[in-house]
Amino acid sequence: MKKKKVQWFWTCVLGSIVLRLILLYFPKNLNLSSRPEVSTPLTSLRRLAEGYWLKQSSVSPYAGSMYHGSPLLLTLLGPLTVKRIEGQPDHLLCSLVFVIADVVSAMLICAAGEKLKVACSSSLQSLGLHNLSENSERLPSGDFAALVYLWNPFTIVACVGLSTSAIENLMVVLSLYGACSRLAPLAAFGWVMATHLSLYPAILIIPVILLLGYGPDAPPRKLFCQRKNLEVGNSTPSDSCSEEEAKNQLKVANVFSWRPVVFFLFWTLLWSSYVLVLCGICVQQYGGLHELFKRTYGFILTTQDLSPNIGVLWYFFAEVFDFFRNFFLIVFHGNILLMIAPLALRLNHRPCFLAFVYIVISSMLKSYPSVGDSALYLGLLGLFAYELKDMQFSFFLFSGYVGVSLLSPVMHNLWIWRGTGNANFYFATAIAYACLQIILVVESVSAMLNHDRKLTKLYIAKLQHIKS
Amino acid sequence: MRRGHRHTHCKCVSNFNGEISVVTVKSLTTANFQRQRKRLQSMALPPLCILLFLVFLLSATSTQQEEEFTEELLLKPLPDRKVLAHFHFQSDSPPLAAADESSSFDRHHHLFPKSISQLVQKYHIKAMELSFTQGRWNYERWGGFDSISSCNAKPPGVELWAVFDVPPHQVDASWKNLTHSLSGLFCASINFLESSTTYSAPEWAFQSALGSLRYGTLPREAVCTENLTPWLKLLPCRDKAGLSYLMDRPSIYRSFYHSQRLHLTMSTDPSDGSRSGIILEQTLTVVVQPSEQKAGMNHVSETKIQPSWSMSSIFGRKISGRCVLAKLSNVYLHAERGLVSQLENLQKNTAKFAANDTGPEDFRRNAGFELSVTPERVHAELEKSSSILYEYPIKEYTDTEQFDLGLMWKHPIVWSSPHGPLYASRFLMGSGNERGAIAISLKSTPGLVAANNVEERCKLKVNVLQIVPWYVKVYYHTLQLVVDERPQALTDFVERMRVSPSLDKVSPGVMEMALQFPCEMKSAVLSIEFDKGFLHIDEYPPDANQGFDIPSAIISFPDFHAGLQFSDKSQSKSPLLSKLQEKSPVLSYTEVLLVPLTTPDFSMPYNVITITCTVFALYFGSLLNVLQRRVGEEERLLKDKVANKAVFLRRVLSKLSAKLRGRSLELTPPAPSWSSSSSFVTPKLILRVLVVAGIAFAWQYYSQ
Repeated sequence: MKKKKVQWFWTCVLGSIVLRLILLYFPKNLNLSSRPEVSTPLTSLRRLAEGYWLKQSSVSPYAGSMYHGSPLLLTLLGPLTVKRIEGQPDHLLCSLVFVIADVVSAMLICAAGEKLKVACSSSLQSLGLHNLSENSERLPSGDFAALVYLWNPFTIVACVGLSTSAIENLMVVLSLYGACSRLAPLAAFGWVMATHLSLYPAILIIPVILLLGYGPDAPPRKLFCQRKNLEVGNSTPSDSCSEEEAKNQLKVANVFSWRPVVFFLFWTLLWSSYVLVLCGICVQQYGGLHELFKRTYGFILTTQDLSPNIGVLWYFFAEVFDFFRNFFLIVFHGNILLMIAPLALRLNHRPCFLAFVYIVISSMLKSYPSVGDSALYLGLLGLFAYELKDMQFSFFLFSGYVGVSLLSPVMHNLWIWRGTGNANFYFATAIAYACLQIILVVESVSAMLNHDRKLTKLYIAKLQHIKS
Repeated sequence: MRRGHRHTHCKCVSNFNGEISVVTVKSLTTANFQRQRKRLQSMALPPLCILLFLVFLLSATSTQQEEEFTEELLLKPLPDRKVLAHFHFQSDSPPLAAADESSSFDRHHHLFPKSISQLVQKYHIKAMELSFTQGRWNYERWGGFDSISSCNAKPPGVELWAVFDVPPHQVDASWKNLTHSLSGLFCASINFLESSTTYSAPEWAFQSALGSLRYGTLPREAVCTENLTPWLKLLPCRDKAGLSYLMDRPSIYRSFYHSQRLHLTMSTDPSDGSRSGIILEQTLTVVVQPSEQKAGMNHVSETKIQPSWSMSSIFGRKISGRCVLAKLSNVYLHAERGLVSQLENLQKNTAKFAANDTGPEDFRRNAGFELSVTPERVHAELEKSSSILYEYPIKEYTDTEQFDLGLMWKHPIVWSSPHGPLYASRFLMGSGNERGAIAISLKSTPGLVAANNVEERCKLKVNVLQIVPWYVKVYYHTLQLVVDERPQALTDFVERMRVSPSLDKVSPGVMEMALQFPCEMKSAVLSIEFDKGFLHIDEYPPDANQGFDIPSAIISFPDFHAGLQFSDKSQSKSPLLSKLQEKSPVLSYTEVLLVPLTTPDFSMPYNVITITCTVFALYFGSLLNVLQRRVGEEERLLKDKVANKAVFLRRVLSKLSAKLRGRSLELTPPAPSWSSSSSFVTPKLILRVLVVAGIAFAWQYYSQ
């Protein structure tokens, strides 16, 4: 039975790889690499190739306004953009790298899902909710999430469209996996690289620390506290938690273990200094690190490129009065930061889900969003399939995503290619997409909170049952 | 917006010019007088001395080189039934005498325009060229291998380049000031060249050896009589007398091509290179279609015959005399090589036919055409069957007896102008408003292959200078070269390449290439892909949907030099002839490209701002709502908790106060008063006050 399942899983994985390879063989017909949905100024491989060309002709890769990515990615992927195999499509080697990155991140998601499942069932068992834990075993969320990630059209399009977001996603997933399996160096490496590549994953440091400190997602900590109370109460009949007992509980169930966190911070320091030194060497003759930060992070934060993408900021900053530009830049980036603390307070017992929410928020509000970012959070959404099974509007969201992803290219075509439409048409789909993402975040958070409520309720009912 | 700018400049120009002319007269005279008077007062000598002094002064000025002005006009019939008129005015300001160098600003100019010399002094210009052009020079029909086509064929709109004699970090500042001054002088929006997105600093593909060069073009600048008038004001006779009298505005602006150019160079004194004079060269090149006149009646093929013309039929005016201030005032008629060889053929044929031996060298009465005025001198090139120049000095003509050169064609003659080594043209590829490609196509001309086939492995060097504005985002790695319709590796043909990629909203992209082709090459196409940028709504011009211009690429052939070689030495006096003989590198400009860019909806800013902000508010509000919502029991629990917390806080505070009271009852009298007040001042309130005070303190601290 289990073997069959495993076979089925691997066939699906292989199928997705084959599909990608087939699609790679006619990239000229698909022309996905120039779609605004796929390649943003940050993730476009064409710009990377330009940066590499400039570097080869001993000009700074950041000399023009073309390349804004990391110099490490340039040295790794740059040579692959130039190499051609006779009779094969251009950029075949690059796209193979992206396919591998996709598969690896799917595997990591799968492994992280396993870890989550184990942790979840053990915590449920410790709470005595065995029937729930058995229930959850029917849906191997890790495999499910991995397949969602691999077969998601967004992921496929981003991979075939030669967008470097596959590598950014890999780094994010790597850091989450490392944190789930309490591998501090791996988590630190993933986090540092992800931050280095696209800046926004920097906010993931909070869920990663929580993951390392508390372990993977579990029901609210209060329940464990009550469970302890119950056990203590059974042995010695007393109603209130005394201070001594409370100390015991902290030690046993939900201790925030500082060791891996300190390790993580140490490794973060190490990896980031390493990356900085490497970058420094790469851009030594082109103005140093200051220039690098100005061209990469500065470009991300100031939203200089106004070419259309699936986000809303490009049109906003194309239209907004120059006087208010800085104000709105601060407001929009503040919006990402503003929600960090409330979410972390409310969801600190579910750090993986917290990371998912952060990723959705940042991919919604980032300056140059692409479908690669959506692919990542939609894949991670699969990890919480069980917890979010009571989510509202899920059908509406699904059809909304399908509708927007069909309408958006049409509107883009009408506006850019045919000239019969107008920028507002395309912007309308971008707004709709942003609204869908907002609904997704809000509903998933509320579904998760409801799930916790349900657990609490069940547990209290059980407690009362035991008591009576 | 643009028009507004222009208007203000026109106004300022009129003021500026008026002022300058007044200042020149006043300051010079007063300065001289004052100087003399001072000296006289100090010396207090009898009138004899004054006389001596004046004589001395006069002798001093006479030894110094005089300022010179020459006016010349070159007329040339073109193969496609058009006529080229090329006005050439040159003003020389001789090098300053050593004594005068200190007071260079209040120098007296007899003929040289003072505004120009002030410009040169102020911005330390080594060389400068400004051209206003309308229409496109047709290299295929009007020739591309003589000095007129390579020096006076200019890209449409305004082109300005200048070389400065200042340290490198001051060049940009000088350029900016210069653009503003020129903008005022010539009543044009040259000040748009001030922005760093419009000018660039090509290093070697254009005017290489001169130094710190800045180059900028405004392809869309409309050129009109408001630009010509200030240009004419620089001439000593304006358009009141002399050759410039021919410049009838309607006939000039009706032309197919007209280019008005101002070229400044420094002439170094041969004795010592340091002191320098200024040579101001003003040219106006016009290609006009003469209206059909009744030509030779005795020809059957009257439709094929070239239209005969005269100066009065082209310009509607005649020359009534020379500008008296001009040292030289000549009109030339140029018959180019192709025409002359055709004429010779015709002559031979007619000679054979009529067995009439008049001598082939007598071009004054040739068979092809007839001139209404007999030329005073004829310059023929050294080689056989090469171009001929008829010279007409304008001296003895007056109002009653006007000079009107006419040309009557007698036979239909078909010839072609000398071609450049390659025809260069440029076009856009691709559709849609997202991306595209620029292609520069070079086609070999028939004459070149024949001329160069003698050598075995000859190479054809081509320099390409391509400047693109930043919103055309060029991918330089997509540069492709197709030679003879076969894609080739770039490294085989590119000798040297320099790319400075464009920076968004800061600088344009410059690409300089030195290519080397085999001579037998038929065609070559350079193509490069680009993405179209998206601008902020304020950056679009008023007519945004018209598109944006990519300035002309400059194709130059460093190995080819255009220049005529005349036998006699007498023409050295004439600047135009020496210009024609000068070996100038062959240069051609490509077409200006019009790139349509996508426009946002210009009427939408408020809607976009409100809708986007609404979406963000929706996100923020609903997420916060979800996070802080409590249901049923939780709410109850929370209330309990709050109550517990309050109780706990109160307990802690009371403990604290008790401790304080207990310990410091005798030591600190104010403590009990505080603790007693704590009974009615709640701890929460105190906390709040403290927090607010802390914030206020921090604010105060940081705002300082």
